[in-house]
Amino acid sequence: MTETAGVPGTAAALGDRAPVREAPVAESAKPVLEFHDVHKHYPGVDALRGVSFTLPRGVVVGLLGANGSGKSTLIKLAAGMLRPNRGRVRVLGLEPGRRTKARVAYLPEVDHLYAWMTVAETLDFVRRFYGDWQPERERLLMEELGLPERQRVGALSKGMRARLRLVLALSRAADLILLDEPLSGIDPPSRSRITRAILAAYRAGEQTLLLSTHEVLETESLFDRVLVLDRGRVVLDGDADSLRGQAGRSIQALLEEVLG
Amino acid sequence: MAGDTFSTLHLDPERPIYLQIIEAFRLAVARGDLAPGDQIPSQRDLAQQLRVNPNTVQRAYREMEYLGLVETRRGTGTFLSPDPERWRKVREETIQAELARFIDTMGRLGCTGEEIVHLVRAAVQSTAVQPAAAQEGRVEPPAPTPAQEGEASDD
Repeated sequence: MTETAGVPGTAAALGDRAPVREAPVAESAKPVLEFHDVHKHYPGVDALRGVSFTLPRGVVVGLLGANGSGKSTLIKLAAGMLRPNRGRVRVLGLEPGRRTKARVAYLPEVDHLYAWMTVAETLDFVRRFYGDWQPERERLLMEELGLPERQRVGALSKGMRARLRLVLALSRAADLILLDEPLSGIDPPSRSRITRAILAAYRAGEQTLLLSTHEVLETESLFDRVLVLDRGRVVLDGDADSLRGQAGRSIQALLEEVLG
Repeated sequence: MAGDTFSTLHLDPERPIYLQIIEAFRLAVARGDLAPGDQIPSQRDLAQQLRVNPNTVQRAYREMEYLGLVETRRGTGTFLSPDPERWRKVREETIQAELARFIDTMGRLGCTGEEIVHLVRAAVQSTAVQPAAAQEGRVEPPAPTPAQEGEASDD
């Protein structure tokens, strides 16, 4: 089966034309995230070895790769939690730091919640830090994820804590959303609930979402683009549907191939 | 009802998702689940229903607009082209594309043109393979297979 057989001329027609879009204003034309030949070393480990890519506004990007491939390091650099040893990271043209924090929502892989607060208190506490907090998005996510508002964070299961962290990251109208392994530690039946919540909160065309994950099978339909890291280098970067069309394979199968 | 048309759509991860969405609309019209001129779901609703990225649905809708299959009316939504001629043409193109694909596959398996014609005739005459076009009154309704029973319950 070829991908164009069902709709004759579709792929060719698509390639011939510029995307139909409203004239971009300067702000939205600016890349949301840029890495230029970025290197990051830890003592004894080269976590990133010359990573370059550019993400425009409004795309959902899957950051894929094995454990230790550099995914979390890349996300921390974008979040301004780390600085590169060499190369340049830019968020909306700015060096990640205090000025970009207001524009970036970051869900770290590790938990940073206070166990003694209830879910509702945690939301009250975090909400105050951000001018771009969207109460209606928070409500939607709380409903979608079924979180118990009165329960103490310390009494939540690991999966429920992961859901709460997701509410905190996705309730903001940030230009760049960084989700580091949002599905890790979540049992398979709950994963589809999480991906549905991500889709419900994501603002198409406005926000750029970078999501790292091991669960490629469950998430690949979410991505516009995939970025695959292997031992600190980008080994695959492309439009998800184009990759499927060219290879006649799923992203999961392609990933196994490039990492195998 | 447009809202239910895609709830059972199975997406194949090995093929571009936006093309599968376009195919699903084409098939829904061919089967009569959707009629020319019908309103189709908003991009956001369909994305959530299919659990795919809204940008992928946008790409499919944009492409269908380019192909003249849908029209977006500002403020009201997206509608299938009301022109039955357009859909007849789409059906014709689909048939030709499917035929070409089938003939190509059979050719690779070493069949000659005459053999293909013979095999198709024999297969259609046997009870095992019946075209599922009973609704158009061209053939006797075949004994329902489990898959068809599932579809019938939607009607």
